[in-house]
Amino acid sequence: MYDTPFLERNIVTQEVKISARDCQVHYGDNHAIKDVNVDIEDKTVTAFIGPSGCGKSTFLRCLNRMNDTIDICRVEGRITLDGEDIYDPKVDPVQLRAKVGMVFQKPNPFPKSIYDNVAYGPKIHGLARSKAELDEIVEKALRRGAIWDEVKDRLTAPGTGLSGGQQQRLCIARAVATEPEVLLMDEPCSALDPIATAQVEELIDELREQYSVVIVTHSMQQAARVSQKTAFFHMGSLVEFGETGQIFTNPRDPRTESYITGRIG
Amino acid sequence: MTDAAKTPTARGAKGVSLLAPDAHTRKRNAAEARFRIYGLVAVGIGLFFLVALLSSIVMNGIGAFQQTGYRLQIELREDVLDKTGTRDIENIKKVKTFAYAQLIRAAMLREIEKAGIDTPLAQAKVTGFSSDLDPMMSDGARAHLRDLVLADPGLIGQTIELRLLASSRVDGYLKGRVSRDSIARDKNLDTVHLDLVDALRSVGVVNTAFNPAFILGSDASDARPEQAGMGVAILGSLFMMLVVLVLSLPIGVASSIYLEEFAPKNRFTDLIEVNISNLAAVPSIVFGILGLAVFIQFMHLPQSAPLVGGLVLTLMTLPTIIIATRASLQSVPPSIRDAALGVGASKMQAVFHHVLPLAMPGILTGTIIGLAQALGETAPLLLIGMVGYIASNYPDGVASGFLDPNSAMPAQIFEWAKRADPAFYERAWGGIIILLVVLLSMNFIAILLRRRFERRW
Repeated sequence: MYDTPFLERNIVTQEVKISARDCQVHYGDNHAIKDVNVDIEDKTVTAFIGPSGCGKSTFLRCLNRMNDTIDICRVEGRITLDGEDIYDPKVDPVQLRAKVGMVFQKPNPFPKSIYDNVAYGPKIHGLARSKAELDEIVEKALRRGAIWDEVKDRLTAPGTGLSGGQQQRLCIARAVATEPEVLLMDEPCSALDPIATAQVEELIDELREQYSVVIVTHSMQQAARVSQKTAFFHMGSLVEFGETGQIFTNPRDPRTESYITGRIG
Repeated sequence: MTDAAKTPTARGAKGVSLLAPDAHTRKRNAAEARFRIYGLVAVGIGLFFLVALLSSIVMNGIGAFQQTGYRLQIELREDVLDKTGTRDIENIKKVKTFAYAQLIRAAMLREIEKAGIDTPLAQAKVTGFSSDLDPMMSDGARAHLRDLVLADPGLIGQTIELRLLASSRVDGYLKGRVSRDSIARDKNLDTVHLDLVDALRSVGVVNTAFNPAFILGSDASDARPEQAGMGVAILGSLFMMLVVLVLSLPIGVASSIYLEEFAPKNRFTDLIEVNISNLAAVPSIVFGILGLAVFIQFMHLPQSAPLVGGLVLTLMTLPTIIIATRASLQSVPPSIRDAALGVGASKMQAVFHHVLPLAMPGILTGTIIGLAQALGETAPLLLIGMVGYIASNYPDGVASGFLDPNSAMPAQIFEWAKRADPAFYERAWGGIIILLVVLLSMNFIAILLRRRFERRW
């Protein structure tokens, strides 16, 4: 996958999963996200790139309402998942987050066993009726997280005892265990070494078959490697959004060009 | 720094050897060495005072755990205790302790005779009524004997071997607190008594042995310090600690979880936070007078009751527990909360499934430290009258529950320290040892719990 030239990629436009219209985010007096309009497609990896502090992580956290936990954060505009407004007062964020899973920048397994880490989500959502069913869900999630072979003999060992890369794949397995429809990843590889990064990237490419994946990354190479769509954020605005190949080879906006050629950021 | 500014090229110049430290480095190293010495001196002073404190407590107080007594063969004569011979408990109850004193005197005279001791105190032995011997015995001895007979009237007519308490002055003589010089001005005891004690000691009738009554027994009047014990006060403290634990742990933990995890951050919650921190610094006597005004004068709860003491100490402990709990909740990394919310847990599930278990060691440590603080608190107890004088144990005594008058360990120590007789002074130090042992074991439990819960991390 790493050697595929951009222009030869087979681009298939999928149906829109998440759509944001005139999205504004304020942190207190700070206008962090300005007028963002974006359509995130199903079964596609969408990368958010941009310099530090440009708002890409903030916008990502809007997509599953993780910003609700920050008191001073205020979100305006309309963000829909399958056409339903996720900021509708009738929406329970807990239900939303079960549909839109999230993987964080720093691997953050619970200080519990590997099994419990993965089983926690299905347990609280009541996805398993029996222990056997739960075992099955855990195994499936760990296999999808590409970590099953490494941990199958020590499921009772603490998740915090794994290496950084394994922890991050465990967190991905934990996120997919609740059968989400969208997977948000906030710089999932920034704390990992190149080998672990390669494993996670490979995993992201596999996950694309079932989920809509949104990944925030600082590494433009990573965005180029794993994503089909790329959004470039700068100073809180979405500067350019399009096919990854087009963004990296033929950016329309001068700011995008400056960033990907290393002149800003 | 000034050196470097003056000769900017000196250190950077070629040819300066690394083997010889320059002036600046020497100065820096000397400052560091000086600081280490200050630190060691400070730690040394601290350790010295700790050792001095502990050794003086132990040296002064260890005597309270030992008590002098006489081993006597007491003939429980039927003609004295039960003249009718019917063993009717009502008749036996009519016999006062005065009669029992005769039996003890007689037993003592027999021991003197058996050992062949020549003492002027035994001159009246023919009658067996030599009250000259009485100052050697504890006033409690005859009462103790009477209780024994009342509990089992079948003993009447038998001769039983019994250990009876010596008076506090004889006890002090054996422990070195009372000397022949100091006794000169004492009306209660003469040197002839001390001669007799020495002689009895050499034949093994008098000895000093471990005194469980000091730990289990109740307080005693001014006249008989040899009988006084901490038992009732320990019970009172235990009742209070139960009240404090049951009230302050749930209230403290629940309010800190709410404030830390759920409450909106606004001026009102800021105000509450500041006030909680201020409450922790309020002098304990203020809580005492508050308890007096609210619980006793307004709510008419009984005075001297462990329930009221526990309520007052709860007020005092709450800020400590809340501050400790909030600190340990804050120390749980936010990534754990994110992780739980990210897989679709509700706020409450995130807190109770993940944050609280991780904060548990800190919460428990804070709670136990708060309890230990409450256990050693004296001032508020004085104001609500938790200095009850209870001279008999449960079930005979009144200290049986949360609403009965009681005392507490620190209040009991304070009471003893106040009394004139130096024998009580020794008991006050002994009480401090018991209090310290209880406090240290509580801290030890805190450490154990901490270890136990931290292993899950």
